Amino acid sequence: MTTTQNPTSPASQPAITHGLAHVPLAISPLNRKDFTSDQEVRWCPGCGDYAVLAAFQGFMPELGIKKENTVIISGIGCSSRFPYYVDSYGMHSIHGRAPAIATGVATAREDLAVFVITGDGDALSIGGNHLLHALRRNVNITILLFNNRIYGLTKGQYSPTSELGKVTKSTPMGSLDQPLNPVSLALGAEATFVARALDSDRKGLSAILKAAAAHRGTSLVEIYQNCPIFNDGAFDALKGGDEAAEAIIPLTHGEPIIFGIDGHLCVVRDPDSPRLRIAERSSVEESAIVVHDAYADNPAYAFALSRLSEAGHIAHSPIGIFRDVERPTYDDEAREQVRTARGDTDTGDAALQDLLYGQDTWEVSA
Amino acid sequence: MADVQMLNRVVIRFAGDSGDGMQLTGDRFTAEAASFGNDISTLPNFPAEIRAPQGTIPGVSSFQLHFADFDIMTPGDTADVLVAMNPAALKANLAQVRRGGLIIADTAEFTKRNLAKVGYEANPLEDGSLDDYQLHALDLTGMTVAAVKDFGLTRKDSSRAKNMFALGLLTWLFNRDTQATLDFLSEKFANKPQIRDSNITAFRTGFAFGETTETFAVTYQVAPAPLREGRYRQISGNVALSYGLVTAAQKAGIPLFFGAYPITPASDILHTLSKLKRFNVMTFQAEDEIAAAGSALGASFAGRLGVTASSGPGIALKSETISLAVMTELPMVIVDVQRAGPSTGMPTKTEQADLLMALFGRHGEAPVPVIAAQSPSDCFTAAVEATRVALEYRTPVFVLTDGYLANGAEPWRVPLLDEIPAIDPNFTTEPNGEKGDFLPYLRDEETLARPWAVPGTPGLEHRLGGIEKDSRTGNISYDPANHALMTDTRQAKVERVGRLVPPVEVDDPGRESGEGARVLVLGWGSTYGPALATVRRMRKQGIKVAHAHLRWVNPFPANLGDVLRAYDRVVVPEMNLGQLAMLLRAKYLVDVRSYSRVRGLPISVDEFEADLTAVVREVESAAAASEGAQQ
Repeated sequence: MTTTQNPTSPASQPAITHGLAHVPLAISPLNRKDFTSDQEVRWCPGCGDYAVLAAFQGFMPELGIKKENTVIISGIGCSSRFPYYVDSYGMHSIHGRAPAIATGVATAREDLAVFVITGDGDALSIGGNHLLHALRRNVNITILLFNNRIYGLTKGQYSPTSELGKVTKSTPMGSLDQPLNPVSLALGAEATFVARALDSDRKGLSAILKAAAAHRGTSLVEIYQNCPIFNDGAFDALKGGDEAAEAIIPLTHGEPIIFGIDGHLCVVRDPDSPRLRIAERSSVEESAIVVHDAYADNPAYAFALSRLSEAGHIAHSPIGIFRDVERPTYDDEAREQVRTARGDTDTGDAALQDLLYGQDTWEVSA
Repeated sequence: MADVQMLNRVVIRFAGDSGDGMQLTGDRFTAEAASFGNDISTLPNFPAEIRAPQGTIPGVSSFQLHFADFDIMTPGDTADVLVAMNPAALKANLAQVRRGGLIIADTAEFTKRNLAKVGYEANPLEDGSLDDYQLHALDLTGMTVAAVKDFGLTRKDSSRAKNMFALGLLTWLFNRDTQATLDFLSEKFANKPQIRDSNITAFRTGFAFGETTETFAVTYQVAPAPLREGRYRQISGNVALSYGLVTAAQKAGIPLFFGAYPITPASDILHTLSKLKRFNVMTFQAEDEIAAAGSALGASFAGRLGVTASSGPGIALKSETISLAVMTELPMVIVDVQRAGPSTGMPTKTEQADLLMALFGRHGEAPVPVIAAQSPSDCFTAAVEATRVALEYRTPVFVLTDGYLANGAEPWRVPLLDEIPAIDPNFTTEPNGEKGDFLPYLRDEETLARPWAVPGTPGLEHRLGGIEKDSRTGNISYDPANHALMTDTRQAKVERVGRLVPPVEVDDPGRESGEGARVLVLGWGSTYGPALATVRRMRKQGIKVAHAHLRWVNPFPANLGDVLRAYDRVVVPEMNLGQLAMLLRAKYLVDVRSYSRVRGLPISVDEFEADLTAVVREVESAAAASEGAQQ
């Protein structure tokens, strides 16, 4: 399966497979203020969440949809306060359960743009099951997974994405469990849209979020987000300067994957395995450099890309859209079944009365 | 031609291996009795294992049917007729057969090996141990195989139709019409002509066997029961409940969203609703119980009737979501088809031990209205009423049923839809604040319901959530006085539901003339049938006893305290260790006595009658003694 849709194309030309195809358009253009609530934002100074909120409020008007048709469902955690700050419909729900609640919203109503705000603890630990099944079903929701690799709200315990050996309040001798790679997990769960972005890269983050909203089905965007209080500097290697240039592997569909200072590094296929590896460009033929294909039907390639990030200290990390393919969505098909069952048949009171009577009735007369 | 004897009531129990088709046989005989106009009550009883080892006691599946020429209340305690398809079925059920009752046993299955499997040293069909019963040892398997030999089936497949042979024989024995069953078999096996023909032939042969042999000296007839005028059908609790939900959604003019995870004995609600999509029903088989509840709450937020159903273990998992529904004050219906617990307990057996969980099984002060269905057909009404309260008061509402109601069946006088009042979801579409703003927690003065503004409504954008809400704006509030106010208001709102709850009616025939009973039996949920049947039997013997029943168990009817205090003794029969009794004692300071049975079966009328009679005697003699002392 391939897609004809350019993930970064403007949302103003909705195709039927567009994520917002059935969401009514705003009559007059909206701006960032329209998506800003009257509530004071209360994250710690310097928190990466501010940047994501700003990017979100910045790109939402560009989608062109009515704000009253926007629904944001969050779980529990610092980032899950997000819905209070956006002037749309929203629910700050239960730890880990946002994808389940959002599935109900999105399946019930095709005219809503549904976003899920979650974190690494919320989505990957307590709510792992719901994330897995939302991705598998391909419900038309957009998930923003704020990954700060720590539990912030409960003041600093290690999370499912913390590096092995992490010393925290609950692991004074170091954490013992292997961390998850959220992108690998999503791909294994049959996800149709998987991307990674950086909180500090406003432009890149906005473009990815727009593409995610435009994707019909479950979009998972992992956002590397710095927690300045409990895990400061977790992503410093990716932020600015030469170190970042050496670490970030930018993914652009159709472009060869080249990075590093002066583009001296590249991604090539490992001849002896399904893996990809990083190579000095000078050591390989130009033709050996992998050309990024986000639309590849087989998820093995995207998975191989995801394995270029290390589980511990991040020395390299692909940033961008790993995978963007079309597959029927659960909610569209569920609504279609209801429509098919309804057909042209009368389902008013007379039909319901017949149902109540059933096949075998008998009369009792006075 | 055998003589015909008229009977008022008969209890038949079909018992066999779980693969013997006993549930189908029972269902068919029930349908015949129901369409003939008898009152009926049924009790299916099957193992939790899909295929327990063949021929063993744990593998026995049974179906009990009580049918009568008057309105009956229970499936009956003891059977008048037992059809035993193998030694295990005989052994497992003999204790519940009346002395002198009729036993029809399939001799082909009473082999040495099968007898040994269940610990029979001698063949009970031959050793005289059943002399107290009217035993008919017949080769049901052999006669069935011989009858269908021309259809080219293997012996094993041929013998499968033996349940229809037995059904045919009973159809003759009770002078029932054959046509409905013949039509049923033709339709059910329309695509499998061999199976269809062998079943029909076995059924006819069973009927003819009764007619032409002189095995049975008499046949029986049970006249139709004088039921209230109307059009009737047979219905089970789970189907009635599903229809109630569909009807309520249609009455409210909004689509039904049903989120569920498979669990015994609630799964049939999911199965039934998933076939009713044409009535704008969306069913969602979730990844777990939590997501089932969460999706329903999400759908409610989006303006649908969100419903979830489960049994005890699943309800425990939904608890946190129900608390969120309490906090967000969104409508939601939660169905608990109770089963014997704790933990996995006995999944196919009934119990009423989730009452306190429904009322209190959440963190924090999280009051929820609770309605309990009293009979299989009453599950319909309970679902409609629960939906009305959920939508009009913006609150999660519990519907309690149990395995006995869910699988049991009875005749149902089908209501006319016009007789059911419309339900008003009363969506909010305009700002309600003085400054043209929207205050999502500004309440209706009558119901204390908050506005329900759904996504897509311009100008009413708002955020809900689990954090305590300001009493007007719905914004996060940690203000102590606000939390106290909101806690009180959530409780007060549930108490306001009491305005819809009719007063509890007491059935005490002598009371008006000053000859009332001293003892009141107060039931809830499925104890309705056994309690009323017990009371009726005692009255026939001249014993005075009053009866009342609760449908809403939260809030209680306003007059309940006065009713309890009007009697010397109140006895509360429950299939738990006295949960309602404890609530009544706590709330009304009345010395309510608990009558508790937790065997996974409905309360036995025989047993309850004996115990309750003793209570009445004791209370009456104490009263007489105290009157004597005063004189």
